[in-house]
Amino acid sequence: MKRQKVLVLYLADSALDSSVIAWSQYDGTGRDEHMAGDSERPPYPSGLAALRDGWRLIQMSQLQPHAPGAEFTTAYLKYEFLFEQWVDGDG
Amino acid sequence: MADRILLNSRQMATFVARGFLRFDAVVPDDINQQFLDEVGRPPQPGDNVKKVYAKLLSGSGIPTVAAGTPLDETYPGSCAVSRLLELPLVRGAIESLVGPNPRFDHHFLHVTFPPEFYAARGVPNVSQHTHQDSTIDPRRAFDLQIMYYPHAVTPEMGGTRFVPGTHLRIVSEAAVGRYQNIRGQQHVVCPAGTLLFLHHGIWHGGGVNKSNELRYMFKIRINPTVRQERLWDTSDLGNDHHEQRPIFLLKEAPDPNSVHTILTTPEPWFEADTGRLEYLNRIRLWRYVLGDERFDADYWLTRIENEPIASAAS
Repeated sequence: MKRQKVLVLYLADSALDSSVIAWSQYDGTGRDEHMAGDSERPPYPSGLAALRDGWRLIQMSQLQPHAPGAEFTTAYLKYEFLFEQWVDGDG
Repeated sequence: MADRILLNSRQMATFVARGFLRFDAVVPDDINQQFLDEVGRPPQPGDNVKKVYAKLLSGSGIPTVAAGTPLDETYPGSCAVSRLLELPLVRGAIESLVGPNPRFDHHFLHVTFPPEFYAARGVPNVSQHTHQDSTIDPRRAFDLQIMYYPHAVTPEMGGTRFVPGTHLRIVSEAAVGRYQNIRGQQHVVCPAGTLLFLHHGIWHGGGVNKSNELRYMFKIRINPTVRQERLWDTSDLGNDHHEQRPIFLLKEAPDPNSVHTILTTPEPWFEADTGRLEYLNRIRLWRYVLGDERFDADYWLTRIENEPIASAAS
């Protein structure tokens, strides 16, 4: 049975080859238990590096125009890139 | 009134820019020990962690206090937290950040349990998701949160995780829980008696405890009752505080102790474009605490506020 692994990379700008500033991982096989604060170094230096290591890009955040009156408000990380791998659940 | 040591301008600018100030081992051991004695005996593993937690809180000597109580009336004079709040460094930091006569908002004893407490019930022992306290809070005014570590925190204990410079982001509490790791995140591994003074907006979460000991952190949230303007020791602000300096093309590194430098130093997680918005928002907060809308650092606000009205023909 195949299981999905999910990698979320937050990049410094909208280009896939820009550097990773934040990251999250979820392992559907259950072999690795990832959680908040569990690593200090990103798994890849850039989104492109993840692509070259076999991760499949399935979504990237859209570039949205800035809402009038809120141009300088900062909130959530802007450049989210979602990757997946499908791996054997028992291997 | 007890003595107090007000913050200096470099410390205040650091708080504005990074959202925290950390003071290691500044609470004397006798207060730390008194606090732990007042908390009471640590529970034994085996029962539901929530029940153990509730038992620990109900049995502790820490008072329950109504939100909005004047801070000076919150704690009995002889208790450990009252003694902590009387320390000159603590009094000075509170007055510098939220002013005189602040209000108590709430406090809580955060306890992070060792793996055996979870193993006994067959539930996973994981870290707390990253979050911002309270709810969406777009104010310029800010609350102060004090985190107190009454005993040494080792790396195995996990420590509180926080991300410097996130405090000015307007987010909705646990909506940032998706972010597991952020470059520049810090884990509070510290000696006993360490204090963190935090802007209410800073992103943080409890680290997973893999040691054999309970980890305690006591948090107090404090509200200002006055406008937070020039409350720190401003005597060190130079006459050149409003002057601009060369930007971009520089031949030597800027003075790291300059307020201008502190306000325009990026965090490792800053995005290329919104990192500049962070500078703008820091400068706006510095204007607020300085009480002076003319201030700018490295021309960031002056440039976008420049809308000349003079006619070229006049």
